[in-house]
Amino acid sequence: MTVVTDRQSQAVRRKSPPGRPRRRITREAAAAWILVLPFVVLFLAFTAGPVLGSFGMSFTDIKQRDLRTPFSVNGVGFDNYVKALSDETFRKAAFNTAYFVIVGVPLTLVVALGAAVLLDRGIKRFQALFKVGYYLPVVTSIVAIAVIWRFVLSPDNGLLNTALGWVGIDGPNWLASKTWAMPSLIAMAVWRNFGSAMIIFLAGLQGIPESVEEAGQIDGAGPWQRFRYLILPLLRLTILFNCVTIGIGYLQFFEEPFVMTKGGPLDSTLSVSMYTYNQFGFGNYGLATSMAYILFVVIAVVTFIQFRLLREK
Amino acid sequence: MRRTWWIYLIGVLGLVAVAAPFLWMVLGSFKTQGELLRVPPTWWPDQPTSQNYDELFSKANFPRYFLNSTLVALAVTAGNLTFCSMIGYALAKLRFKGRNALFVLVVATLMIPGMVTFVPLFVLVTNAGLANSYPGLILPFLVSPFGVFLMRQFFLGLPDDLIDAGRVDGTSELGIFARIMLPLTRPALATLGILTFLGSWNNFLWPLVIAQTEDKYTLPVALALYSTGQNAQNYGLLMAGAVVVVVPVLVMFLAFQRHVTRGIAITGLK
Repeated sequence: MTVVTDRQSQAVRRKSPPGRPRRRITREAAAAWILVLPFVVLFLAFTAGPVLGSFGMSFTDIKQRDLRTPFSVNGVGFDNYVKALSDETFRKAAFNTAYFVIVGVPLTLVVALGAAVLLDRGIKRFQALFKVGYYLPVVTSIVAIAVIWRFVLSPDNGLLNTALGWVGIDGPNWLASKTWAMPSLIAMAVWRNFGSAMIIFLAGLQGIPESVEEAGQIDGAGPWQRFRYLILPLLRLTILFNCVTIGIGYLQFFEEPFVMTKGGPLDSTLSVSMYTYNQFGFGNYGLATSMAYILFVVIAVVTFIQFRLLREK
Repeated sequence: MRRTWWIYLIGVLGLVAVAAPFLWMVLGSFKTQGELLRVPPTWWPDQPTSQNYDELFSKANFPRYFLNSTLVALAVTAGNLTFCSMIGYALAKLRFKGRNALFVLVVATLMIPGMVTFVPLFVLVTNAGLANSYPGLILPFLVSPFGVFLMRQFFLGLPDDLIDAGRVDGTSELGIFARIMLPLTRPALATLGILTFLGSWNNFLWPLVIAQTEDKYTLPVALALYSTGQNAQNYGLLMAGAVVVVVPVLVMFLAFQRHVTRGIAITGLK
């Protein structure tokens, strides 16, 4: 009985005269705003505000001594940007970051895709064990990983050089070498990050119906041809997603040089993020924010280009 | 079929490459400083010792850092579970002005590097008197665009009929959210909870600038400063420190790994 009366009252309410606002909609919107409010407040205070603040600061000469009076600083136009872009060290950091991204992202993708194919096509038994194992480094702190890898890469009694010694190779002092320090950081980044891309590739591969491969088999395509011309094109969106997320992460690499090399030797592993952090440490807040904004613009542009290149063909 | 053995060989070699540094770390943390410097290195500790852990927990104040990391991660996780599910539900199921704009804004912020916000954030938090405090460590991370995205995707998959039924029964809009819909998102909440906890536990840049005295350090900050400061040569201490940072999250991940990988699939492929 009560249910019936409830329904009746609901029906009556719905037929309220057209002059009044429909109450259910307003209540819905009111509830929505209550639910959205905490996010909006926190978002304005800790994301939107700082993004705009950062933009504003990048056109001022704000320094550490202005910390308590951030509005009493002078505008300097594009001076910080000019200073950053004409700074040899910043250019070196930009080059290093590009190096890290251009080598690191494809390498991570290849290893991740290789592991995903291995698990999807080859390893049926214990698949979950392999999957979890490969994913382990992703959940661990980069700082801790970097500390461990410093020992793995240490010249005389590190794990890597000892293993290389077994096959007769005399490994270099990886992190102290201008040539090898950056490849070492890249290797570590690939080791730590391929697991997350692998999981996404695996889901992508499992979404491809077996009939696709069977059709290729009937047409006489070999395994490599089937992979190259049938599977890979179907994975385009998955590749795009991985490429974008890994790219955004790698463009900001910071902890690796901070812990492992302090940016050395001779700035050969200094990243844009780390140099920005150093400028912040020196108290040059205006300069630091302009560098961060340059990085931001680069990230946005690179992401946009990736979408254009990989989305439509 | 006869080709499977070398596929497994590659797979196992991959596992060895992934696991070796972790094993090296754990075994190394039980070695003496002298043994750690030996050439060639030893794999198993000659004379296993707990002196590195003793030093870590007595002289180096790691219990305090552990507590700080745990407190911050728990608070951040609680905030994300509450606020991201609230807005996620509104974005997925409720009609209101500005809904699409809000969603676009959330997605756009996924791309903003932490470097861009941290200088003004530092100025803001310092002027609010929150530098070197727990609120200063926690507040900026109470919501995350990733969490909003995850919860919205999950709510989208729930049927509207449940909401209509709630309305017919006269349940208030907030009641429908809290009592009918939210309990159904338990799997998504588990995923978000784990991922947020892990992210907060491993977070580095912000605690590095905002925790200015030792009693507010989180584990990664303490480990990074030890490894670049005067303890840079104290290998045993650093290995043990890395174990304390890494092992709890590894255990947690292994216990809840299904939620983690599913979450990646939800957000990555939709």
